[in-house]
Amino acid sequence: MPETVFSRPEALRDVTTHYCPGCTHGAIHRIVAEVIDELGVRERTVGVAPVGCSVLAYNYFETDFHEASHGRAPAVATGIKRARPDLVVFSYQGDGDLASIGMAEIVHCANRGEKVTVIFVNNAIYGMTGGQMAPTTMPGQVATTCPLGRDVDHAGHPIRVAEMLSTLRTPAFVARTSVHTPLLAVNTKAMIRRAFTHQVEGRCFSMVEVLSTCPTNWGVPPAEATTWLEKNMLPYYPLGVFKTPEGGSREPLPLGV
Amino acid sequence: MTKKLMKGSEAIGEAAIQAGCHLFFGYPITPQNEIPEYMSMRLPQVGGTFVQAESEVAASNMLYGAAGTGERVMTSSSSPGVSLMAEAVSYLAGAELPVVIVNIMRAGPGLGGILPSQNDYFQATKGMAHGDFRLLVLAPWSVQEAVDLVQDAFDLADYYRNPVLVLGDGLIGQMMEPVEFAEDRQPVKELPPKTWASTGNTGAKPRSVINSLFLDPEELEQHNYKLKRKFDRMERDEVRFETTGLNTDPDVLIVAYGTVARVCSTAIEELAEGGVNVGMVRPVTLFPFPYQAVREAAAKAKAVLVVELSTGQMIEDVQLALGGSTPIHFLNRTGGMLVSPDEVVEKIRAMEDGSSEEVVHA
Repeated sequence: MPETVFSRPEALRDVTTHYCPGCTHGAIHRIVAEVIDELGVRERTVGVAPVGCSVLAYNYFETDFHEASHGRAPAVATGIKRARPDLVVFSYQGDGDLASIGMAEIVHCANRGEKVTVIFVNNAIYGMTGGQMAPTTMPGQVATTCPLGRDVDHAGHPIRVAEMLSTLRTPAFVARTSVHTPLLAVNTKAMIRRAFTHQVEGRCFSMVEVLSTCPTNWGVPPAEATTWLEKNMLPYYPLGVFKTPEGGSREPLPLGV
Repeated sequence: MTKKLMKGSEAIGEAAIQAGCHLFFGYPITPQNEIPEYMSMRLPQVGGTFVQAESEVAASNMLYGAAGTGERVMTSSSSPGVSLMAEAVSYLAGAELPVVIVNIMRAGPGLGGILPSQNDYFQATKGMAHGDFRLLVLAPWSVQEAVDLVQDAFDLADYYRNPVLVLGDGLIGQMMEPVEFAEDRQPVKELPPKTWASTGNTGAKPRSVINSLFLDPEELEQHNYKLKRKFDRMERDEVRFETTGLNTDPDVLIVAYGTVARVCSTAIEELAEGGVNVGMVRPVTLFPFPYQAVREAAAKAKAVLVVELSTGQMIEDVQLALGGSTPIHFLNRTGGMLVSPDEVVEKIRAMEDGSSEEVVHA
């Protein structure tokens, strides 16, 4: 009798996604779905999709969903969770959605300690609208609205969301991970599992920032995108656990602990 | 049933709770702060939840999330705050979510002032935000009517799966009047179970996605026509208005809504004592607007007087109703100033002696 060692998680629908080759949204979707399955909460999970590349996330997860307006997913998640505290609620947002137009919503959702989980996918660019500068775009990085590269004298420095939110006293869990190597993908799953577990066990706000690739808008072949991320993003966006219920630190604890 | 003396804002809050609304998301803005304050005190007593949001933008999106689970939910604000909610209102209408929004109007534009106004009529009745949609708009003229309309608003929102706006002015929120709450109130509509609610997918029903995104234009067109049919049904079934003095075959017909109509009714009584018969149509629903009632009531009148606390917004619907058949005169104050009964009396006298000019548009 052959043993099934790998299959599609139940929380992931059997459909083809629209994501570009070399983009890690697909891997992150799968990790979130595996965690939902393993915690046994799929039937009482409601997701909130953003505006951005993952706008169609509601087509890919086998859970109930709300499609939010741009940046407002943490407010929508707040409404769902406050109305139905028995549900497991997560938002899935990109960096334009969460760190630009939705900055007020994410900060206050975290600070109120809403019992929701946020998956924040940071690829340092606006993807769906065609490669414009994001608040997370790296200094010197070329984007369609900074064709000569991000000038920090003009546009400021990239925002480090995990660090910023971990200065708040309320949140239960804030971490930053990446999925560009198999080991880091395994670590990411452990962090996302911790984030959901905090919610399931009734503790407050949890967020995992996941660094992601965008070969299409970075203008590099998929195979080189992981190198680009490692070289350009990792030094500025350190991976680790920034906040636990015990306290926070600007020097993150290592992943996989 | 006993009457209680209550401030309008607090009565609105209590009415919502008694209509089964146990969720309120709001942001402070004058002159309606007593509504969120009352809810923050009362909701925990009934097992409900009050959240003070970081902005009206967030509050209205919390409404979207909560309404998507099928629970009854309300917010309140005043004019500038309602502008900030406009984005979410468009999504609520697109995703067909039932919510109740109370706008206690203050004078604008911009930061304007904090005193009563009716200057959000266009915003309330003509769609409010981007896209092709309407809100059902209810305009009370007393604290008691505010209570009744807020409770009806929840039923109408659930029935049509559409946001319902209760449009009052600063007076409605601030004045105290005796009110009573019906003890065994029945819904004004037969309400089906909310099988569309997004509350987790056990497989017992199809997966629920609360959404207003339709990338396929043919699908979006069908969605827009579906919404339009709903707004048509509102226009057919939900028109509400009250009339005064039409049986005296008045020479002048007043059209006014909200507390301004109360000022007008005082003037009408005063004029009647002097032998001048004036009638009034008071729209209670602003969308749908009682076009037919205004047209029929004006048919025998020599002239129509529109009275509003704006520089002229509802008057456009009266013009639509009359199609040029009857001369229209206009009396207004704006900026937070009120119309007095004396001003209405004086205006009617001026209409009678020919010194009032009719409103003419090119």
